[in-house]
Amino acid sequence: MLLFVHKKKFFAQEPSIPAYLTPDEWTAVGLTLSIAARSVIFGLPLAVLVAFVLARCRFPGRAVLDALVHLPMVLPPVVVGWLLLLLFGVRGPFGEVLYAWFGIRLVFTANGAALACGVMAFPLMVRAIRLSLESVDPGLEQAARTLGAGWWDRLATVTLPMAAPGILVGAIVGYAVSLGEFGAVITFAANIAGQTQTLPLAIYTALQTPGGEAVAARLSLVSITLAVAGLVLAEWAGGRLRRRVGR
Amino acid sequence: MIQVRLRHSFGAFALDLAFSAPTPGVTVLFGPSGAGKTSVVAALAGLLRPQYGQITVDGTPLQDSDAGLFLPPEHRRLGLVFQDARLFPHMSVESNLRYGMRRAPRGPIGFADVVDLLGIGALLQRRPHSLSGGERQRVAIGRALLSQPRLLLMDEPLASLDLARKAEILPYLLRLKTMLALPIVYITHAPDEVFAIADTLVLLEAGRVLAAGPLTELTARGDLPLAARDDAGAVLPAEIAEHHPARRLSLLHSGAMRLWLPLVDAPVGTRLRLRIPAREIILATAAPEGISLHNIVPGRVRAVTEDAARHAALVEIDAGGAVLLARITPDAVTRLALAPGVAVLALIKSMAVDVLPR
Repeated sequence: MLLFVHKKKFFAQEPSIPAYLTPDEWTAVGLTLSIAARSVIFGLPLAVLVAFVLARCRFPGRAVLDALVHLPMVLPPVVVGWLLLLLFGVRGPFGEVLYAWFGIRLVFTANGAALACGVMAFPLMVRAIRLSLESVDPGLEQAARTLGAGWWDRLATVTLPMAAPGILVGAIVGYAVSLGEFGAVITFAANIAGQTQTLPLAIYTALQTPGGEAVAARLSLVSITLAVAGLVLAEWAGGRLRRRVGR
Repeated sequence: MIQVRLRHSFGAFALDLAFSAPTPGVTVLFGPSGAGKTSVVAALAGLLRPQYGQITVDGTPLQDSDAGLFLPPEHRRLGLVFQDARLFPHMSVESNLRYGMRRAPRGPIGFADVVDLLGIGALLQRRPHSLSGGERQRVAIGRALLSQPRLLLMDEPLASLDLARKAEILPYLLRLKTMLALPIVYITHAPDEVFAIADTLVLLEAGRVLAAGPLTELTARGDLPLAARDDAGAVLPAEIAEHHPARRLSLLHSGAMRLWLPLVDAPVGTRLRLRIPAREIILATAAPEGISLHNIVPGRVRAVTEDAARHAALVEIDAGGAVLLARITPDAVTRLALAPGVAVLALIKSMAVDVLPR
């Protein structure tokens, strides 16, 4: 916490004072938070959809989808990053379309880093959401049905609100994982200071630099603080929501 | 009129039944567990799609397998009260009540009326998990009513409640029945609920209809499983004719039958139902004298059924329109030479008659 409280003071002091973050380091912190946020904002809706399909639908190929979703959990992150390069690189099947149609380039950009984080966080988000969807009592949906609620209506007014604690936990866990993702990001988005250099990458870079231990230590402390805050927040918010839905 | 014809098989269990019941009024589906009661309700509500079904409520077909019609539950406009209430835990009581109301066309049942009828005004801002079982069930009934249903389905609404909570809810159900001209299909395996609220009774056993008809008729039959129960006895409609406060007696009419009962706490003209336990009726061929008894009802034997398990006989007596059921010994049947058509006197203790609200 000390690191944040003295932010204002820091600008008036010499940048070499080791107890505070340098502007470059603040950039890395801000970038990390922003990339993780993007990864959750785009990943979460898709995770809810996939979790719903896995929890509720029975179709051939369900096991394949299930395995595919869990793949990033078991693959080395570097391999995930490389597969993303193949698919979303400017010559990759998706990357080419995105660039030609929308002018979007993902490799070596912050959005690319967010994609890599999102893919790595995806299995954990899906798991948390799926568990909460599976624990929604189908009897409540039946009751809503007899009261005249159609499919979308039931989803919006019963199923998703009842699964909200799990969705929130999924979002927070996904955010926390995104804050710490290293291998996939460095492979797909590279380690460009101010653009794709998130905290773990900055720490790695510092450790590769002679005399960078102090920087690495400060950034690690930030990392630890963020992670602990995330866990506490997840616990607190999840508990509140669970009480709201009466569990 | 509710018309139902269903065929459905799940593994070893098969449902194959048909019944119809007049509306408005309370139709009770009664039977042991495993008789298929809940499946019938699920099929009525559309939550179960039977392999063959013809379901019509007041002329509106809900399912017609011959015509390929199957209305999904959300379009049937039937209010269903589940045994376990199934209130939405993430909503307040008021939001629960308004859930079906918002999704229904405007109807005759008003929010304030329902809240008042069920006595749930003080609960509106509460959350379902903070309610007692009885309160939850009242809210669930209100929620179903406010969806402006053409028929209210109640699947053992009192089964999960203890006796005190049951006694708390039953009066509300009776008010519901008298105040709203809403057809109700009610499922239970508790005879006291049957006697209290049924107008039409459908007896189910192993997926089939054993008998269906007016409660007064079925409770007076000696050949149905109802008659083999300890609490067997005919239920009769009656009306208070006179009060005699000095004698602490009331005179009630049921068809041509006159019955003296301990003073009933209701005005003259009130319509009630009487339940006369079969084991409390004495049969005679000549009127006894010098006896405390008030009620000596003349009638004719309609049928005699042997109940071998109890070493008893069940005698149906037509007492001028009202039919009584008496359980006596087979020996008495022989001594009095009771057979269909024989004139007989039914001796009914005033104290043995249960007076129930209509």
